[in-house]
Amino acid sequence: MTNSDINRLKDKAFQVFGIFCTFIGLVVLAIFLFDIILEGVQRIDWDFITSLPSRRAARAGILTAWVGTIWILVLTTIIAFPLGVSAGVYLEEYSRKNRLNNFLEINIANLAGVPSIIYGLLGLEIFVRQMRLGGSLLAGALTLSLLILPIIIVTTREAIKAVPRSVRDGSFALGASKWQTIWNQVLPASFGGILTGIILALSRAVGEAAPLIVIGALAYVPFTPASPLDEFTVLPIQIFNWTSRPQAAFQTNAAAAIIVLLIITFLLNGIAVYLRNRQQKKIKW
Amino acid sequence: MWLSAVITILITIGIIWVLLSESISFFRVVSLVDFVTEKEWTPLFADKKFGIAPLVAGTLLTTAVAIAVALPIGLTIAVYLNEYAHARMKQVVKPLLEVLATIPTVVYGFFALTVVTPFLQTLIPDLAGFNALSAGIVMGIMIIPMISSLSEDAISAVPRALREAAYGMGSTRLQTSFGVMVPAASSGIVVSVILAISRAVGETMIVAIAAGQQPRLTLNPLVPIETITTYIVQVSLGDVPQGSLEYKTIFAAGITLFVFTFALNNLSFWIKKKYQEKYD
Repeated sequence: MTNSDINRLKDKAFQVFGIFCTFIGLVVLAIFLFDIILEGVQRIDWDFITSLPSRRAARAGILTAWVGTIWILVLTTIIAFPLGVSAGVYLEEYSRKNRLNNFLEINIANLAGVPSIIYGLLGLEIFVRQMRLGGSLLAGALTLSLLILPIIIVTTREAIKAVPRSVRDGSFALGASKWQTIWNQVLPASFGGILTGIILALSRAVGEAAPLIVIGALAYVPFTPASPLDEFTVLPIQIFNWTSRPQAAFQTNAAAAIIVLLIITFLLNGIAVYLRNRQQKKIKW
Repeated sequence: MWLSAVITILITIGIIWVLLSESISFFRVVSLVDFVTEKEWTPLFADKKFGIAPLVAGTLLTTAVAIAVALPIGLTIAVYLNEYAHARMKQVVKPLLEVLATIPTVVYGFFALTVVTPFLQTLIPDLAGFNALSAGIVMGIMIIPMISSLSEDAISAVPRALREAAYGMGSTRLQTSFGVMVPAASSGIVVSVILAISRAVGETMIVAIAAGQQPRLTLNPLVPIETITTYIVQVSLGDVPQGSLEYKTIFAAGITLFVFTFALNNLSFWIKKKYQEKYD
């Protein structure tokens, strides 16, 4: 065999290895989803969705968990949406290249890399102790809002950046002020992109357990929360609690709750991808 | 609006202030020297020892396993998608791989404990029910898309001319990839790995579920260990009174974690800025 034959052989070998690596992740994902569905799907019925938690696995349900998750989603959106979008608009449209703004950018990139459990410690000290909110929905939503704020800011900026100069120049030429241009032209044009970013950020928030455990969300809440100041649990915490128990029946419950959580996560991601594709097709600048 | 941007700075100040103020009152009682040099971590026992080393060792162990899984696979995927795969395949595979990154980590924890550990136990009979190995492997699978997509971006940013010159000299795809493209994109690849390490160090739920709660100064991935993040979760789940020394330990552990991830993230920014090859 000549040298070039050997090189060609190596090349082919790497191709096979490349296909193997590319699919191993997907195969593991498939095995995993299959395993969860196999174990959990027969446990999902109307009773499971509408029952309160219980010490007996067969009677336990996820009512408080999914109601808590929905509460957290709504509250987090209300808090993080205006903050994140206005910070994104400011950084993209108003800020000048100076040291403060440079620092702001590095800082946001840094915040995006802070582990979620550290946000939990922040929430525990500021919201739970100093503001005396306790382990309430509001404290949880505030904590998660801070966690997803950097994601919303970054995606908002990207969406705004995609709006071409000509749109702004046209608006200015018609005598619009800077704010009128942003409100009437830039924001409507970039809304799809902003929305995609927010939904992706929320899908991250839905799966978070660690920061909420740290601020003191409980695994066992015997009632559904009725106000933002009530104690709560969420699906990931319920799953964590069931997974940590040795009995097989609770593992089955965990698998069933995981199916519900994955449906919510994939639904949110699906909506985001759909919106992004529609946006890309609809607008041709 | 300026205010909403400034809030992000307040968050950083808040994090640092909270971690520092609670840790300082912790270090009034426990000396920093003991914290760093002591080899045992038993704040919840009667005989209290406050050496962070076992928690750091546990964290580094799971991280090392995760990177050992994710780096070869992620980098191979990046090279394969760039140099070998058809454009159509790339279009289909990339979003599918991203799905791995969207799955909640508590779900990965369940997977590690109920599928991966029993499977590995059939291969390695001495493997404990909780161990760093399966938590690390599953964490590695989770961060594959992080390494593959960031590295792929870096490789595809290498100018066409370099690649074509390599092919023009008769290189195979493999030689072009590892002789030209990967070295030219090395700063981007290093950045992706550093960010992946930072992510793995801060990962909580997988290790809390599957790696155990026994702080142990070991490099053996087959026995139960405890990571910094797991310790914080463990204390949060228990009935530790607020303001007590045990309560303050989670902030001391938290600041250790924060220092690690903060250093890693800033190292990645610095490399990106300093070593990124500029092509025109």
